[in-house]
Amino acid sequence: MKRPGSALVMVLYLLFLLIPIYWLVNMSFKTNAEITRSFTLFPHDLTFQNYRTILTDPSWYMGYVNSLTYVVLNTAISITVALPAAYAFSRYRFLGDKHLFFWLLTNRMAPPAVFALPFFQLYSSVGLFDTHIAVALAHCLFNVPLAVWILEGFMSGVPKEIDETAYIDGYSFPRFFVKIFMPLIASGIGVAAFFCFMFSWVELLLSRTLTSVNAKPIAATMTRTVSASGLDWGVLAAAGVLTLIPGGLVIWFVRNYIAKGFALGRV
Amino acid sequence: MEKSWNNRAWFLVLPVLALVAFSAVVPLMTVVNYSVQDTFGNNEFFWAGLEWFEETVTSERIHAALGRQVLFTAIILAIEVPLGIFVALHMPKKGFWASLCLILMAMPLLIPFNVVGTIWQIFGRVDIGLLGRTLTALGIDYNYTNDWLDAWVTVIVMDVWHWTSLVALLCYAGLQSIPEAYYQAAKIDQASRWAVFRYIELPKMRGVLLIAVLLRFMDSFMIYTEPFVVTGGGPGNSTTFLSIDLVKMAIGQFDLGPAAAFSIIYFLVILLISWVFYTVMTNLDREDRP
Repeated sequence: MKRPGSALVMVLYLLFLLIPIYWLVNMSFKTNAEITRSFTLFPHDLTFQNYRTILTDPSWYMGYVNSLTYVVLNTAISITVALPAAYAFSRYRFLGDKHLFFWLLTNRMAPPAVFALPFFQLYSSVGLFDTHIAVALAHCLFNVPLAVWILEGFMSGVPKEIDETAYIDGYSFPRFFVKIFMPLIASGIGVAAFFCFMFSWVELLLSRTLTSVNAKPIAATMTRTVSASGLDWGVLAAAGVLTLIPGGLVIWFVRNYIAKGFALGRV
Repeated sequence: MEKSWNNRAWFLVLPVLALVAFSAVVPLMTVVNYSVQDTFGNNEFFWAGLEWFEETVTSERIHAALGRQVLFTAIILAIEVPLGIFVALHMPKKGFWASLCLILMAMPLLIPFNVVGTIWQIFGRVDIGLLGRTLTALGIDYNYTNDWLDAWVTVIVMDVWHWTSLVALLCYAGLQSIPEAYYQAAKIDQASRWAVFRYIELPKMRGVLLIAVLLRFMDSFMIYTEPFVVTGGGPGNSTTFLSIDLVKMAIGQFDLGPAAAFSIIYFLVILLISWVFYTVMTNLDREDRP
C-alpha cells in the first residue's frame, strides 16, 4: 500500500500524538516568567534550570529511584510466578483450570479505586506500609494475571513435541524449562516483562496510597509539589519529560515484538 | 493443541494462587466486611445488614456518576475503535517507517497517568496552553475549568490521544498475520477496497479487536487519575466518574460502609460485562485454533 493518502493519515495522526508532548518538552526549557507572561512556540530564553532543580534535589530525584525500584521488583516477581503457571495453563487440563484462569483475569478487571483503602490497611497491619515491596506486591494484582495471559499465548505457539522429545532425552522438568523452553519463548518473556513494566510504571492511585516518604513515586512527588509551591510550571514540565524517558527506552528494546505483544501473543 | 489431563499441574499454579490470593482475596474480604457494618469511630462496628447496598442502589449521586461513566465509555469506544482500525490500515507494513510509527505510537501508552493529565492540563489551559490559546484566537470560547462541555471534550480528546494507539497496534498485529496471497486473490477477483476490508481484513482482526474492546472497556470504566488531574471531577460534578466518586467517598470522607457497598456493586458490574466479553472471546479462540 504505497499511496500518498496513507502517509498523510499517518503524519496527521502522529502530529496529533506528538504536539501535546512537544508542548510539555517546550515548557520544560522555559523560565516561569516566559511561560506565564508571554506565549512562545519555542523557548526564547532557553534554560536548563528546571532540570537542574530536579536532578540536584533528593526529594525530587529519589522519586525516580523509588518508582524504578518498585517497578523492577514487580516485574521480576510477576514474571517469576507467572512462568510456571502459564506453562500449566498452556500444556495441561486440570481440576478447575478454566475457573482459575477467569478468576485471575477478574483481578485485572478490578478497579484500583476499590482496592486502595483495603490495601492501605492490609499493608499497614503487616508493617509494609511505605516500602517498595508493598507497591510491587500491590501491582502484582493486575500484572500477574496479565503476564500469565500473555505468556500462555506465546507458550501455546510452541509445539508440544518439543517437551516430549526433551523428556525422552532425559531432561528433568526444571532443566528442560530453563535450558530449552525459556529460550524458545524469550520474545514472549520480553513482551510480558514490558507490559508489567508499563502498567506498574503508569499506575498512580495505588502507589500513592501505599507510600508516604521513603518509597514515594515520582508521580506522587509531582502532584504534591504542584499544590505546595503554587504554579512552578517549568519544574512540573521537566519532571514530566523525565518520566517519558524510561518508557521510551523500553519501547526501543521491544519494538519488533510490540504489535504481537499488544495482541497478547494471540495472532 | 490437545491438552492432557494432569492434576499435578496445580503445583505450577500454586505460587500465582498464593500471591494473588494475598493481594486480592484478603482486601476484598475487608471490603465485604465494611459493606455490612456501620461505625461511629473508635473502631467500633455494628451490623448494618444490607442498608448500605440499598443506599447505593437508590443513591441519585451514584446514578448520576454511573450515567456519566457509561456515556464516557460509550463515546470513547465509538471514537477509538473505528479510528484505531483506520490508523492501522494506513500504517506502513515493514521497514524503518513501520518501526518508527510503532515506537512513536506506543509513546502515549507509557506515560504515567497523572503526567498524561498534566500534559493535557498545560496543553489546554487558556493562559499558557497551545490548544487553549489557539482555540481562543480562533474566536471559540473554550475554557475547560468552568464549562462542562469543554471539560468533557478535553477529557475525551485526552483519552483518544492516550489510548487509540492501543487499538491501532492490536489491529496492526492482526493485519500483519494476513498472507499476501489473500490480497492477490482479491485483486484477481477485482474486489473493491470495501470488500477487501469487509471479507479479508475485518475477519482477521476479529480476535484482536475483541481484546482491544475488552481492555478499553475495563480501563475506561475504572478511569481515575487522568480526568482527576485535569478537571478534578468538575466543573461541579460534571466529570466525576465512578472511581473519582468512590475515592472521594472512601478516602476523602471516610464513609467506609457506603464506599464498600459501592465498591462491590461497581466490581460486579465490570465483572459481569467482562465475563460476557471473555466467553465470546474464548469461543472465537476455539474456532480459530485447530
